[in-house]
Order: sequence, then C-alpha cells, then structure tokens
Amino acid sequence: MANVTLTINGVQVTVPAGTSLLDAATGAGFFIPTLCHDPANPGYGGCRICVVEVKGARALVASCATEAANGMVVETESPAVQEARKTIIELLLANHPTDCLTCEKNGDCRLQDYAYRYGIRKSGFEGERHSYPIDNSNPYITRDLNKCVLCARCVRTCAQVDDRQVLDFAYRGFNTKVAPAMDTSLGESDCVSCGRCVAVCPVGALTFTSLTGKGRTYEFRKETVTCSFCEAGCKFDLNYKGGKVIAVTPNAPGEGRPLCLKGRLGMELRYVDKPVTPMLKKDDKYVEVSWPEALGLEDVLARIKELGE
Amino acid sequence: MNNLNELRAKCKEIYEKKLSRPRVVVGLGTCGIASGGDRVMKAIQEEVAAKGLDVDVDFTSCIGMCYAEPMVEVAIPGMPSVVYGNIFPEKVPQLLESHVVNKKPVYEWAYIQIPGDATPLEGIDVMEKAPYYEKQVRSVTARLGRTNPESIEEYIATGGYEAFEKCLSMERQAIIDEIKKSGLRGRGGGGFPTGNKWQFVYNAQGDKKYAVCNADEGDPGAFMDRSILEGDPHAVLEGMMIAGLAIGADEGCIYCRAEYPLAIRRLNLAIAQAEKYGILGDNILGSNFSFRIRIKAGAGAFVCGEETALLNSIEGQRGMPRVRPPFPANKGLWGKPTCLNNVETYANVPNIIRNGADWFAQMGTEKSKGSKVFCLTGKINKTGLAEVPMGITLREIIFNIAGGIQGGKKFKAVQSGGPSGGCIPSEHLDTPIDYESLAAIGSIMGSGGLVVMDETTCMVDVAKFFLNFTQLESCGKCTPCREGTKRMLELLQKICDGKGELKDIDTLERLARVIKNSALCGLGQTCPNPILTTLRYFRSEYEAHIVDKRCPAGVCAALLVYVIDAEKCTGCGACLRACPAGAITGEKKQPHSIDVAKCIKCGACITKCKFDAIKKA
Repeated sequence: MANVTLTINGVQVTVPAGTSLLDAATGAGFFIPTLCHDPANPGYGGCRICVVEVKGARALVASCATEAANGMVVETESPAVQEARKTIIELLLANHPTDCLTCEKNGDCRLQDYAYRYGIRKSGFEGERHSYPIDNSNPYITRDLNKCVLCARCVRTCAQVDDRQVLDFAYRGFNTKVAPAMDTSLGESDCVSCGRCVAVCPVGALTFTSLTGKGRTYEFRKETVTCSFCEAGCKFDLNYKGGKVIAVTPNAPGEGRPLCLKGRLGMELRYVDKPVTPMLKKDDKYVEVSWPEALGLEDVLARIKELGE
Repeated sequence: MNNLNELRAKCKEIYEKKLSRPRVVVGLGTCGIASGGDRVMKAIQEEVAAKGLDVDVDFTSCIGMCYAEPMVEVAIPGMPSVVYGNIFPEKVPQLLESHVVNKKPVYEWAYIQIPGDATPLEGIDVMEKAPYYEKQVRSVTARLGRTNPESIEEYIATGGYEAFEKCLSMERQAIIDEIKKSGLRGRGGGGFPTGNKWQFVYNAQGDKKYAVCNADEGDPGAFMDRSILEGDPHAVLEGMMIAGLAIGADEGCIYCRAEYPLAIRRLNLAIAQAEKYGILGDNILGSNFSFRIRIKAGAGAFVCGEETALLNSIEGQRGMPRVRPPFPANKGLWGKPTCLNNVETYANVPNIIRNGADWFAQMGTEKSKGSKVFCLTGKINKTGLAEVPMGITLREIIFNIAGGIQGGKKFKAVQSGGPSGGCIPSEHLDTPIDYESLAAIGSIMGSGGLVVMDETTCMVDVAKFFLNFTQLESCGKCTPCREGTKRMLELLQKICDGKGELKDIDTLERLARVIKNSALCGLGQTCPNPILTTLRYFRSEYEAHIVDKRCPAGVCAALLVYVIDAEKCTGCGACLRACPAGAITGEKKQPHSIDVAKCIKCGACITKCKFDAIKKA
C-alpha cells in the first residue's frame, strides 16, 4: 500500500495510506484524547474530543475518523483545539456526577484523566443534570447512566454480536441515553452478560458487579489469560488483590467472536478462589443455579456418571 | 412504444378539452385544505349539482398566495379566468350565480386574473403584474395552482417528460455537462454545485447506484418542498429519472417526512401513473434504462434532513449522521454511490434540460444562477410561496412581494435558513439573495424559509426559540451539539429571566465558537448561528436584558413591570378587583398603583382596564 507523508505539529510523519490522523499522531508520539474511539470499531467520530486542526479545513476534524493525506498540516494542541477539548470536557462534567471519591472507575477513567490533563477542576456550566436510577438488575453488570458520556462504544461492540444488539440509543438531544429495546433494564433485556460492553466503557457507566467494593482499580494486578472453552480464544483478566484472584473480568473478544457468558463463568470457576454462585436467566429473572447448569454441562456430567456406573 | 409522441398527443387532447369547458377550480394544497378548501369544494359540488350547472369542478395545488386561501378559480372560455381569495362555503352560491351563470366576475373577491387570449378585465390585477407576482418568476412553480397535480396527462400536455425523453438520446456525460453549465446549486441550503455532485457519482465505482431525493423539509416556516411535491410531483420524479440516467442509477428513493401525507399520496399516485404509462419501470421507452422510485416516510426527526442521517434512516437505522468523508457520492445508501438532492433541485432539472442551460444561467447572479423558491412567513401581510430570481434583495421580497409588515409596524429582522440561519437586520435588507452574500452577513440561504420579525419581537427570545428547537432535535451523537445546545439554551433562558450576567455573553460566544468548530454534522455546526447573528446585530438587546433587567421589545415576562399611568387612571377599581395577587392599591376615584413586589405579571389588570391606563414597561 502506498504511503502518505504529512506534517503533525511541525514533524514530518509518513504512514500507510488509509491510516487515521489519530493513529498517525499517536504513532509519532503525540497525545490525542479519545472517548468514543474503539480500535476494534473505528471511525465513529461522536465524542469530538479527539478533534485536531487541519490547515485549510473549514472546521476542526475528528482525528479518529479522518484519513491522513499527503501534504496535510495538522496541529494537535492548537489554541482552537485546546478550547474545544476543554469545553467538551466541561460540557461532559456539567452532566456527570463528580463522585470520583467512591467511583469504581477511579484511577482508570478517561474523563478523569482528561479533566486532570486539561486542568478542568469543575464545569463552568450549571444547569439540568440527569438523575437516572442505577440499574443493577443484571447480576454481573452495574449500569449507572448518570456517568455515561454516550460514546456508543458499548452500543457498537454489542452490535458486533449476531442476534444481540441489545443496546442502542433512545430519545433525542439532551435526553439521549443508551438503553435496551423499549428502555427496559438490562436484567429484563436480551443481554447475556458477556461483559464486552463493560470492557470498552471509558468511564464508570458500566462496571463489573463482581468487583464492586472489592478494591480500587490501582490495587488490582491484572493478568490476562485466554479462555479455552472454545477455539475463539477470548481474553480474560484475572484480578489479583493481595495474591488472591478475586474476580475474572472479560478483556477482549477473540477474533470476530463474542465474549460469552459460558467462558466468563467457566473462567471464574477455574480461577477465582471463592467463586460466587452463578446465576442464569429463567423466565426473565436471574436465579441462582449450580455450576454444571450454568455451564450447560448437566447432560454431560449425567452421562459420565451413567457410564461410570 | 419508443417515444412519447402518441401519448403526448392524447394528453394534449385531454387537456385542451378540459380548457375548452367552463371550470371552477379549488386550491387544494395543504394550505388550501387547512383554510377550509375541502369544505368549499364540497359546497361547490353540491351547488353545481343542485342547480344543474354546466361547469366542471376541478382542483389544483397552492398558487402561492397562501394568505388568501381558500382560493377558487373560475374559468369561463372566452373570458379571462379569475382567481378569488378567501372563498368560504357561504360565498359559493353567490360566486357561482354571478360568475358561472351570469358571466359577471365578483370583483370585490377577486385577487388576480389570468387573461390568456381574452381581453383583460378592468379592475383586477393581471397575475404577472399583480404586486405579489410582479417580481417573481414562475419556473419551478409554473404548474403550481395552474394544473391538476394528480393528472399525469396534464403534466405531459404541459411539456412534462420531454426533458427525460431528450436525455434518453443524450450521452450521459452530456447531461451532466448541461447541469454543470446551468450553474444549478443545491436548493436544500448547502448550495453545492449539482452538476459536480452528479459527476462524482458518475465517476464513483460501483455496480449499483442510487438517486435519493431529500424531502425531509424540517425548518420552521419552510414549506417550499411540500408545495412543489403537492403541486408538481411529476417534475420531481422526472428530475430524479434524469439524474438516475446520468449517474447510472436504476433505483430512486424519496425520503419524505410523514407529516406531509398529501405530498406522499400525490407522489405515490404520480409513481403509479408513470409506471402505468411505462415512463417508470424496466427498459423505459425501449431503451436499456430501467428506473424505479419508492417512497420512504420519515418519522419526524429534523436531523434526518442531514444527508447521512437520512441515509441511515432509509436503511432502518436510527437517524444519526455519519462521519464524512466518505461522502454519499462515493458511499451512500447501503454503501453504494448515491446522488442525494433536494426536492427543488430535482424539480429544476427538467426545465434546464428542456430550455437549455443558458436559459437557466441568464437568471440570477454570477455565482448563484436561476431562481429560488422562498416561503414568506412571520409578521408580514402576505404569507405564502414566492419564486424569485437569485440576486433580488430581501427588501423587494419583504416589502414588494410580501406586502410589508403587519399593522404598519416597523421591520426588525428576517431569519433566513431556519434554525441553521441567522437573523438579518434592516441595515442588510438590500443584500442580494445569493449563497455567498447571505453567508457574508452571518446567515445562510438555507432551504428557503424567511421568517420576518417586527419591532415587537425580542431577539433574545428568538434565539431562545431556535435553540430550543435544535436542542430538542439534536440526535445526541456528538458532545458539542447534545450538551452544548442545552447549556446555550439554559444561558438564554437565564438572560430572559433577568438573571443574566455579562459573562454569560462571553460563555455563549465561546460555546457557539466551539460547537461551530467541532460538531459532527451540519445541524450542530450551524445551530449557533441564531445566537451569533443576534449577538452581532442586536447585542444591545442582550445587554438591556442583563444590565438594565429590561426587555426592550416587551416580550420576556420576567423583565416586565406593570405600571399604571396616573393621568389616564380614573380610579374605577376594575383592576384592583381583577388582581389575584392583591398587588393593586388605591382610593376610589384616585389613581391606583401596582406594588411591583407583589405583582405576578398575569396581565389580568390590563384586560380589565377600560382606559388603557396600564402599561407593560
């Protein structure tokens, strides 16, 4: 593939044609913040925090969704870019509970990092804030829409799984929110709790219930393991605290395949020192079940038992 | 059948036969129906049947003078045909008796006459010379109010599908060159050269291409596209077919908002008629060109007028804009190269092909050619539809065509381009209407809505109105538009409530700058325009709200103070008794006064005062 050469912050950079400005700039060592950018799902261009200034362009462009072109002159931290980024962070914070003290995501939150980086102590805007009830109807995923920045990473990653597409946008304007069909709770939806949405959430809107109250993000040591329940090879994180595995959390789906509940539960059974009782959805309600049932191995176990006899 | 000659001869015969008979024609566009046109139609039919009159009853679409609806045209062969306005069912018997039976027009109800070959009548304006039409041209709107929009025969008899037939024998590139030469630019507001767009789609690689028509007209105060669809649906179909032929598409889709049921009905009818005559379908007129058109009804989101959101909506997804590039010309509907034009753009195409690019290009200014249809609304005397040559001034449109401001009040501003446009003050009234001039004064051409405001309009309130609109219609995808419009609206509300601070103006300007600079789509990038232009031209009004806590136009309720003029007050006590808050005091037959602290500004006292002694200040 042909290469293109462009200038980023005065530095000549050569990248393969088709590379996004974001990849070109980060590859050259420049920092660009991103909220909605998902490397597995690029080109969304929604959060606008990654905007950069391209000489001659009518307005700032989203670097994640703009291809590098020959001769482009790009500034990643010009005054207009900084003003836009700071304003966008302020706008997000104006409708975001700043309860970082107790937030599960503290220390691993993009919004927190960027507010720190751009020196936004508090939002200059006062006005209406959302106050959605916290959705903990799903035993594995806690959903706090008050913290959602509507980056749609959860929506897009869920849409990659055939027959799922549990999440999408609902309503318009300021009232836009991510919701399952008919704006029900996650527990009532078709969600199978694979957790890929949680894995991509850049803020504290989606968190693993299994980790709630178990420790701060920086207290955990993560070790990535590959699930061996099928050939897809999805990645999971073992969360160590004080030498003990306290939870297994999904990290990334295998090539073109979904993370699945079976893998997650199986990994938990295998690695967690004190696994919780698994739950399965029956008649739209989660009920505690045995591990063989949760893993769909009841028949197999029964057959083995039968053969043994 | 390899040409339309035979069909055209048959249609002309039908049309001429219709013209040779006495006719009563009712205007049944949406404006006519809303004013009671359907009841007038019924009354006419009943009257004709009851009296056994030898007259045909027909209908047409909106002729443009929406302010005079319901309109009825009476055409008696050998006499000028007369168009009457404000004809309600009770006027029908007299109208028919006088004009149809006794051949005596009712002069006091007549608005215009169309003499044709007959000698014009004294005392009624001839259409072309009437104040409303004098400065207009009728090209796209030529058939509006003149032919029956539900008759393909009348369309063909008046030159319809000639252009398409001509194109069938032209080279595809030659069609595009003709459109390029005409200088036609997108009439949806963007003003992108149509020929260039077609060229891009023509050049784009792909085995399948689409021609899509944007009929999701959503600007408050805009109804050009609706009027064209209701009045001349075949012209839009023909324009799309020519585009399809030129770019190599075999499928067309009209995205029309569901709020336009009449337009959708007439379009469906037009498509069925064209299919019946083999003008739409496979191997049209024996050529190897096949074309089909379907309609997709939009569910009512303003953002779906944005081209990429519109494509998403057709595909059954949520109407949210896509990042551009890739532009629809390369990757549009279902990922295929797509030619996306507005209703009025397509409707211009047949005329350009039929009359030649030079004919079109001689109208207008250097960079903006041809004519543009505008919708005149707001505080003007004549609300309606007007097609004017590009380059005409706003003053001519507002004061000559629209008849000036209602009630002799003073002109204050005109909003062009809907929520994406700006408020243009009186010092710019002599700006010629073209894409560049309007952009230079902070507004945009937009789709063609002109909302006129008079001195009783508060500009902060106007900015608030438009921001409320964009805030509600923001799709929610990008942060600046979703969160920023909300905060701008809240700041404007704060100013209107008298709680504004001077720093709020700076914050508004910063937000406007950032949103304009960083929003994803056209809706977001242009939504600060109403604020930016009102701040640019009416900054003193903002300052009056903030510093003096006063609304100069007397609109913002929180800033009004009710006072009693002691000279006029007779002490009758009517206001005192009406006041629900006990804010008014005064001795009998002595001037009363209002306690501002207690007053809740309900206005009850003003409505009760017989001496005009209570004022809002």
